[in-house]
Amino acid sequence: MNSLYKYILRIADDSLILGQRLSELCGHGPAIEEDIALTNIALDLIGQATSLYEYAAIVGNEGKSADDIAFLRFEREYTNALLVEQPNGDFGMTIARQWLFDSFRVLFYEALQQSKDAQLAAIAEKSLKETKYHWKHSSEWLIRLGDGTSESHERVQNGINYLHKYAEELFFMDEVDAELIEKGIALDLTTIKVAYEQKLNEVLPLSTLSLPTNNWKQTGGRIGKHTEHLGHILSELQYMQRAYPNMEW
Amino acid sequence: MSTKEWPLWEVFIRSKQGLSHKHVGSLHAPDAEMAVNNARDLYTRRSEGVSIWVVESSQVFANDPADSDPLFEPSQSKIYRHPTFYEVPDGIEHM
Repeated sequence: MNSLYKYILRIADDSLILGQRLSELCGHGPAIEEDIALTNIALDLIGQATSLYEYAAIVGNEGKSADDIAFLRFEREYTNALLVEQPNGDFGMTIARQWLFDSFRVLFYEALQQSKDAQLAAIAEKSLKETKYHWKHSSEWLIRLGDGTSESHERVQNGINYLHKYAEELFFMDEVDAELIEKGIALDLTTIKVAYEQKLNEVLPLSTLSLPTNNWKQTGGRIGKHTEHLGHILSELQYMQRAYPNMEW
Repeated sequence: MSTKEWPLWEVFIRSKQGLSHKHVGSLHAPDAEMAVNNARDLYTRRSEGVSIWVVESSQVFANDPADSDPLFEPSQSKIYRHPTFYEVPDGIEHM
């Protein structure tokens, strides 16, 4: 498969898997207002994934539809970052994961708007508006939970401590990126690394939270090596297409 | 876990520039900023608005319903307050 196809799938898989994760909370949010907020975000992400898979279907040119790509790959063929497949845990964990991801995604889409690939640039532009709101939502919550009660502080800090090791993978690059960076299509992620740390540090002092000092990083998702959690997500995500092939509604 | 309920907020949405904000409903939120976020998610998800106001419900002071008669009854017999007794000259549109 060509590099552009792989590159699109990495972005799309992050959106799809996180959208699927968040949608597990539909009907289980801590309050009806927050339930709807999280579900809106889940839908935004699945919408972004849809645009990207549709584009991937064209780029891949193998007669596969967007649905085929989204629903009928094996676990090792999904290339989302490990961060987005981590379980929702408690609300502190959910918000910590979302904040680590949104902070990256805002910067990523901002820069991807400059891509020489017009379709990717257009998807980035559209997605950026949604993502800025996602970031606002997750950082406002991070501040309130961190600077809230001792229990909310402890829970969200535990979330950050557990998840931060997966954040590094958002900056993973290999020959796929190298080829497309050369062509002006992909983004050199090292150019937004410092901005990412700044973006996290914008919110951290207000939340009285901190990043773990331990430097252990866990990667693997971008090359299809996942944690045990992805298989369970896929069994739910793919159930309908596996049980009723080619089903549409 | 804290079981304290979030306060109630009244939500006002301006549907487009030039119109005034209109009361659309209420919601719970821990503070004003979050109330605006929640209002965005609850009341503007189908493009209903371009501007949001929130007011904590406890800040709204209302008239006593028992006073309805003295407050509102007297105006009913004062039809001369309605500008309907003027002859509109020919050629005036949009009146």
